[in-house]
Amino acid sequence: MTTRIPRIAPSEITPQEVYVNRRAFLTGALTAAAGVTLGRAAAAVVPAAAGAPLAYAFDAAESVGALVHAPHQNGKPDTWYQITHFNNYYEFGTSKTDPAEHAGRLQTRPWSITVAGEAEHTGTFGLEDFLKPYALEERIYRFRCVEAWSMVIPWVGIPLAAMLKRFKPTSRARYVAFESLYRPSEMPGQNVPILEWPYREGLRIDEAMNPLAFMVVGLYGRVLPNQNGAPLRLIVPWKYGFKGIKAIVRITFTETRPPTTWSQARPDYYGFFANVNPNVPTPGWSQESELRIGNPFFHQRQETLLFNGYAKEVAYLYKGMNLRENF
Amino acid sequence: MTHTATSPPKPFLGWTAERRYRLIYKPAVFLACLIPLVWMTCRLFGWLGLSVAVDPVKFLERRCGKTALNLIMITLMVTPVRQLARLPNLVRLRRMLGLFAFFYVLLHFTVYVVLDLDLDWHMVGADILKRPYITVGFSALLLLIPLAITSTHRMMRRLGRRWSRLHRLIYLIAALGIWHFYWQEKIDERTPLEYAAVLAVLLGYRVARSARVRALLAGGFDRLHGASRSDALRCARVRPPPPNTAVCDADQSQ
Repeated sequence: MTTRIPRIAPSEITPQEVYVNRRAFLTGALTAAAGVTLGRAAAAVVPAAAGAPLAYAFDAAESVGALVHAPHQNGKPDTWYQITHFNNYYEFGTSKTDPAEHAGRLQTRPWSITVAGEAEHTGTFGLEDFLKPYALEERIYRFRCVEAWSMVIPWVGIPLAAMLKRFKPTSRARYVAFESLYRPSEMPGQNVPILEWPYREGLRIDEAMNPLAFMVVGLYGRVLPNQNGAPLRLIVPWKYGFKGIKAIVRITFTETRPPTTWSQARPDYYGFFANVNPNVPTPGWSQESELRIGNPFFHQRQETLLFNGYAKEVAYLYKGMNLRENF
Repeated sequence: MTHTATSPPKPFLGWTAERRYRLIYKPAVFLACLIPLVWMTCRLFGWLGLSVAVDPVKFLERRCGKTALNLIMITLMVTPVRQLARLPNLVRLRRMLGLFAFFYVLLHFTVYVVLDLDLDWHMVGADILKRPYITVGFSALLLLIPLAITSTHRMMRRLGRRWSRLHRLIYLIAALGIWHFYWQEKIDERTPLEYAAVLAVLLGYRVARSARVRALLAGGFDRLHGASRSDALRCARVRPPPPNTAVCDADQSQ
């Protein structure tokens, strides 16, 4: 990390009372296996625990402090309201406010995740069992949407690599594919055939094993709200936001590149890699700069960085690759 | 004024239509046209208990664009409505609606240049030249300028028949506006397609009517049921026949 890149201590961005009680917060919240949004002032209503406690390894988070960063002119995270009321989540409607309005009806318990494909351990796991072995970390990442807007978001979750290694992918696992929940009764947008449901995403296995790739279960030290992809979503901070598949129910290790929703819907606009790249425009619009939600009204626009500013951490993955062709 | 099917309803307070429009309807429409602006301002600041727009810049940009398009569509509805509902005076509101559409288009463009692109003129130029949907939208804006300039009574008189020919540009402008809207959509093109359908109906109405009027003028007025004679003549743009050939009123009184 260069000195230009500000490191943000979680204490700077989290409301103090949440920060002070962070252990209790995260342990409590995830012990309850979520389903509850904890109040800002720690007046948490935690229902009877559905799973074993998940220890919040705050020390672990600090030990990977280099990853907890949002390198940019303005690394100040957006507010809870901004992050939870401006979402692209077409399962709940195509407007930015639809998810906040309609995601409440999604039942995220019980929830199970199926792991399949080229791995030694496969099977279907309840969410609580699935998450039990891991320590949680907080990571403040830049989030860049392909629509050329961006945020900075303090996620809570588990490094994807750690999560995947537990299933012992075989040498034939060259890709990892993710699939979202398909439940039109609770996801009204799935009744509209603008995309092929359920939503699918995928990563090359080495991308998935990069330490920045993150499986998210929380936001601002609280349980992840439904509109942000509860109970489990992916965040790949150097890629456009649509790679961050939400409400994951299936993880498959594959030998061949899996089909992904947006690249199938509009292959000229959205590629499999979808790396943030200011030099490669989307046919309809430029990717050179972005509107940073939370920047001052009169100076919202800022330049976009290659790999969303994470080039140092991820550029090796694409060495020798033509990024214009593999967009 | 003789009592015919096209005569206005009983005057309110004994006021003339001119007076009613000037003192009631026009101010009401003026205020109605400001509602979107007031609403946007409230959403920006979270006033009146409205939720704050998380992305104020894009929010303003989109709302202004959509309001402009809505007003253009309403402007295009004036003629069919006044003909079908026999409210000839509605045309008195049309200029204001058109000018408000222009106002929101200018606001849309200003937000785009000042707030969205942060006054980066290089980027504005590149966008207009390189992004087809912006080229299309910008053309619509340019085409609106002569219409706004020639919207005064004086210009109408001065241009005479050429005025209505010039102002037929609004059909093209509406189409460009919808195209601009359609082209910027990421994948969900339902809303712009709805606008296109409405525009198709509005244009279809004019084509059908003008064809019908032409046919009626060729074959006499006896089959002209829906329209007044003067409307028919205006649509067909022909000189009125001598007064003794008027059979329209007699026909409709049956």
